[in-house]
Amino acid sequence: MKEMLWMNLKEMIAMLLAGGEGKRLGVLTRDLAKPAVYFGGKYRIIDFTLSNCAHSGIDTVGVLTQYQPLELNRYLGIGSPWGLDRRDGGMTILPPYVKKKGGDWYKGTANAIYQNMGYIERYNPEYVLIISGDHIYKMNYELMLEHHKKCGADVTIAGIEVDWEEASRFGVMHIDDEERITAFEEKPKSPTSNLASMGVYIFTWSVLQKYLIYDEATKGSDHDFGKNIIPMMMRDNKRLHTYLFKDYWKDVGTIESLWEANMDLLKEQAPLELADPAWRIYSVNPNQPAQYIGDSAQIRSALITEGCMIEGTIEHSILFNGVHVSKDSYIKDSVIMPNVRIGEGSKIYRAIIGEGAVVQDGVVIGSPLGDDITVVAVDQYISNEYVLQEGVVHEA
Amino acid sequence: MRHKVMGVINLIHETDELERLTAGRALATVPFGARFRLIDFALSSMVNSGISHVAVFAHTKYRSLMDHVGSGQSWDLNNRQSGLFVLPPATDDIQELSRGDLYHFYQHRDYFHRCKHEYVVITRSHMVCNINFDQIIHSHIEREADITVVCKQHDKPFKGKARKIRMEEDGRVTAIQDHYGRMNSDISSMEMYVMRKELLMELVETSLAGGQDHLVRHAILSRLDKLKVYGYLHEGYLGIVNTIEAYYEHSMELLKPEVWKKLFYQPGPIFTKIKDEPPTRYLEGSKISHSLVANGCRIEGTVENSILFRGVHVEKGAVVKNSIVMQNGTICANSALQYSILDKDVVIESERHIRGVERSPFVVGKRKVI
Repeated sequence: MKEMLWMNLKEMIAMLLAGGEGKRLGVLTRDLAKPAVYFGGKYRIIDFTLSNCAHSGIDTVGVLTQYQPLELNRYLGIGSPWGLDRRDGGMTILPPYVKKKGGDWYKGTANAIYQNMGYIERYNPEYVLIISGDHIYKMNYELMLEHHKKCGADVTIAGIEVDWEEASRFGVMHIDDEERITAFEEKPKSPTSNLASMGVYIFTWSVLQKYLIYDEATKGSDHDFGKNIIPMMMRDNKRLHTYLFKDYWKDVGTIESLWEANMDLLKEQAPLELADPAWRIYSVNPNQPAQYIGDSAQIRSALITEGCMIEGTIEHSILFNGVHVSKDSYIKDSVIMPNVRIGEGSKIYRAIIGEGAVVQDGVVIGSPLGDDITVVAVDQYISNEYVLQEGVVHEA
Repeated sequence: MRHKVMGVINLIHETDELERLTAGRALATVPFGARFRLIDFALSSMVNSGISHVAVFAHTKYRSLMDHVGSGQSWDLNNRQSGLFVLPPATDDIQELSRGDLYHFYQHRDYFHRCKHEYVVITRSHMVCNINFDQIIHSHIEREADITVVCKQHDKPFKGKARKIRMEEDGRVTAIQDHYGRMNSDISSMEMYVMRKELLMELVETSLAGGQDHLVRHAILSRLDKLKVYGYLHEGYLGIVNTIEAYYEHSMELLKPEVWKKLFYQPGPIFTKIKDEPPTRYLEGSKISHSLVANGCRIEGTVENSILFRGVHVEKGAVVKNSIVMQNGTICANSALQYSILDKDVVIESERHIRGVERSPFVVGKRKVI
């Protein structure tokens, strides 16, 4: 490694996995990587992890992209909104690339990091934080690093107690009194613990480096942190610790969970406070005029952003920037993404309406008594006669 | 346009009767329209017209101006090919500060000389409008004018103070008078001037040397017969915001959807400093109609016919009507506010009833607790 005297060495850098396709989000991720999906009236999912980095004093973030990166890359730019346009470090987008001998897509989470070992070595950090751009939470990684150092761990995995029914969707852990992990199972059919891995890891870099190289050479490996790297380290009796996280954390991998997490923000005592001045969620601000609330508007429990023009009734819903809601329309329990137009007398129940969609006058989407979430894809034009026809409105 | 025209926003001796609202800030940075500052309109219009070099001639109380415009990033003026230059008075003698704009232009003549642009657009900060300078430059060149002044023809009496202009059929300006003059004309000056940079420098140097101190009042007014001064009529919305009455009236006009759409979007978007506020939260029990609300607010009470800036909190049972509440204002539970303008960070404690009248809204200074 060349010595770079002019550059401050980094204690910890972050590698943010943002290549996920988010298959279960259906039409919402048709042309969009999952981390770029809209959330919470103003944000995209990845804003939460990037803001966490900003507030945790992490100034070097490699963002690993793969699936549909155009919109995501455009959104991230050089990282200015998150304070990541730095002289040393800052944000670097790391797509898969062609090498002298071949080159390959990212075959798994561990392989994605393996392919970018050169990037990490450039900063030669003591610790590497591995996070993904798929989760909604506010977390101080600095405190987690302190914990990691205090335990003298080789890897620290952030853990959260989830509902037992959900536990099989995650990697689950057993721990001893000192929070050392005694057993780790990736997505077990019948979980014996409800302490789930949040997919947030701090590795001591020298240790991770060895395991990445070893894993790469292992035939039949899925090159995945949860499936391969962590179990391998368990077998070798390395020090694996957990860092218990007790705050709000939500995996928004499905239409239902995305909708639910949005609705969580509308609770009287929201479990995730967006208005905390000490922990702002940064995002690319759309810079539109203040929202206009018309004479005939009625708003009961809502999150509404700039550029909106509201003349109908909004109940328990979230509206992104530039949404126009015409007279006599009614929106309930829904998430309306940017620049959607809702025509007069339309009714929308329990729906997610994709960016730029146009809902004509008198259209009804969803039903007042229904439990299923209706999704309208990006830029769809919904006129009266097409309602609920396949390919236009997608029902969950 | 980019290589041809430079912009100057002239804040020197702007007519300012905004009382408490300008106690601690320049007129240019008075908050307006729920999330903007007055200067945003001139800045954005220039940028949207392709002008990439803008100088702001700061004069007094410009701390908030420096804070607001920063490096010009919000207007895309901070890259290699563009620039925002805030030029405060350059003088050793405090008495020189009160001298006219010609003196200050002269002090900063190096700036003009260094720029390679052929034309200058000079504006003020208190003319709230969304305007494309491209067309004005075109008409300036086409008519072979020495100076083009942008004007507005009013179909009703207007609030705010502006010079009056009289012009002939072909647009040639024959008379300009200060706002208190008795000349009868329904055309007012928007204090936007287009001229060759060469001419500006000549006016600055010869007028100043001849004992004159002010660009418009002296240099231009005394040469109306010698120079070809043409008027260009602006068709879009205009708010002349330099008195409290005008401030209130033009703020309330933003509640007309056609004004909101036109002023903020056409011909280009108005930009301002970004703040990373979350979306506004309306809680169960809130009632709101006919209002303009910025991000970061929390509405639990009733809001009617009002303008709320970023981060305003209207608590349960509070009623805000016909009022303007600037950034981070708090209206505590069960209070009532009518016909009032609250500057930033004002707190109205619970059970208070504050009331102004439409012609003379009650103005509360920054950070007051009532």
